[in-house]
Amino acid sequence: MARITMREAISQALWEEMERDPSVFILGEEVGVWGGTYAVTKGFYDHFGAERVRDTPIAENAILGAAIGAAMVGQRPVAELMTINFAFSAMDYVVNQAPKLHYMFGGQFKVPLVIRAVGGGGRQLGATHSQTPDAVFAHFPGLKVVSPGTPEDAKGLLKAAIRSDDPVLFLEHATMYQVRGDVPDGEYLLPIGKAKVQREGRDVTIVTYAKGLELSLKAAEDLSKEGIEVEIVDLRTLRPLDMDPVIESFEKTNRAVIVEEGWKSYGVGSEVAARIYEQAFDSVDAPIVRVAQKEVPLPYNRTLEQAALPQVPDILAAVKEVLK
Amino acid sequence: MNKEKLLDMYYQMVLIRRVEERGAELYQAGKIGGFMHLYIGQEAVSTGLVAAREPRDRVITAYRDHGVALNCGISANEVMAELLGKVTGMSKGKGGSMHMASVEKNMWGGHAIVGGHLPIASGLALGDQYAGNDNVTICMFGDGATNIGYFHEALNLAKAWKLRVLWVCENNQYGMGTAVERASAVSEIRQKAEGFGMSNERVDGMDVLAVYEAASKAIDTVRRTGEPSLLEVVTYRFRGHSMGDPERYRTQEEVKKWQDNDPIGIFRRQLTAKKAATLKALDEIDARAEQEVQKAVEFAEASPEPGMEELFKDIYVEEV
Repeated sequence: MARITMREAISQALWEEMERDPSVFILGEEVGVWGGTYAVTKGFYDHFGAERVRDTPIAENAILGAAIGAAMVGQRPVAELMTINFAFSAMDYVVNQAPKLHYMFGGQFKVPLVIRAVGGGGRQLGATHSQTPDAVFAHFPGLKVVSPGTPEDAKGLLKAAIRSDDPVLFLEHATMYQVRGDVPDGEYLLPIGKAKVQREGRDVTIVTYAKGLELSLKAAEDLSKEGIEVEIVDLRTLRPLDMDPVIESFEKTNRAVIVEEGWKSYGVGSEVAARIYEQAFDSVDAPIVRVAQKEVPLPYNRTLEQAALPQVPDILAAVKEVLK
Repeated sequence: MNKEKLLDMYYQMVLIRRVEERGAELYQAGKIGGFMHLYIGQEAVSTGLVAAREPRDRVITAYRDHGVALNCGISANEVMAELLGKVTGMSKGKGGSMHMASVEKNMWGGHAIVGGHLPIASGLALGDQYAGNDNVTICMFGDGATNIGYFHEALNLAKAWKLRVLWVCENNQYGMGTAVERASAVSEIRQKAEGFGMSNERVDGMDVLAVYEAASKAIDTVRRTGEPSLLEVVTYRFRGHSMGDPERYRTQEEVKKWQDNDPIGIFRRQLTAKKAATLKALDEIDARAEQEVQKAVEFAEASPEPGMEELFKDIYVEEV
């Protein structure tokens, strides 16, 4: 066990899997000589060589199409999209090819592919580079969508994603690479599609993931000082969605706040809230409150951008709202 | 080429023609749903191409895929069953007309998004390059697909990374109902390969032997040099783009002109001129293909529908 950053945990998972399995290789923009635009693959090119750490043209369709093809014939590519916003340039592959090929050909093809992509706002990159469109991708059956909120989960889930025979979209948050946490050394795998209680509490259930977890943990400390104990359920995987720990927690607290960084409309919170109402209506003591991004394209100006993104005070207010 | 192989190619072309004709009838009868794109008129293209490959060479194509599937060795039974949406189809009735494939026969689909399979073809070849073999991926697509971004990204990557792909453009003159010269900056598609520094050829797609010769040469070049190449095959579809095509974009005279150039008719004349077969022997092959298709229709009609358990099967490889 070592206390390392999210970046180190992701890097470690990739490194270990490449050492373990020669069919694993990385491809993407600036993953090689540059070392990755977020330095996740720093040192990989020198160690594994140009064949296994492949710098691609700036051509997302080529990157993902080639990764899918190589996966179909038995390799295990990890394709990196420099940001999730660039997935829109190759949306066909993310939602219309990779998740369909196994089903549509009657189980003949397998696509053991991982697409790693950085997302999230808060870096003053303007509207087209700052999105958290996770819910869009989680809409499609056939794709697995994973988004860890701790270094430990990042390592365990990325290793599992690489070993999965299904296509996995692995979403990392750009402002979380420096988050530190205890991470087991060496072989450490976590099942995809399992939510986890990251903090226990009796009063309110907060359902969240990724950046929302970081914010919710901070909010939980403030609330604890006021005698309010929240339980935090981290979804970790958005598809397939594991509602069991959510329902179990909700049946204890009878109140829920859902925190996500994406927009509220048609979002992760909408889905989770609907499922709570469907599965545990008798336990509802207060209307569920969703904390999410304001419904605007993210502006460049720092003050405006921060005002649009969900913040700790928004969570505090939401928790108090459901406790009214 | 030996006589046996020639006659087998002839058989395949007639088989495709008959499968498509029966398919059209079954479609009109409401037994086949969705979109269906017939290969009638283009049989020489995939027959010549696939005859030129080694079994280890991969084939991937667009949605006009019934003929390619048959050439690759997928049975008429499976093709017909898939068209009828039966569980005995190669894709268990879940893919339909546009999604025929067989890993065993090295036929990688059957892809319905125009141009979408081109980067995937680069990927198949990347997988082979990574594995260290010299398999060639033969990627077929229409003229329409050369105007979309995928084409350019895929060819650029293949050349930059030295991937063994033979790009085969089936130029059948129209992208749906829009003539090549109305949609493409250059109407000779092979010119597009020049921009990627890629070797290229143009061949008469109504002459199966010419296609075979050109494909053999191109596959050999790709295998030997470890570089991609492009082959433009000039052809014509005798039927509409799909079953619901009013064909307002071309004249009967034009269609007639090409039908006089029927690839099956041309091949018959070549075979008799070479004395590879008598007309009677060719007629017997026609009858054999007819029988095979009749059997396939009976097989497909008698086959069961996929059960409800298929609905939720194969969404993921791993249980979730």
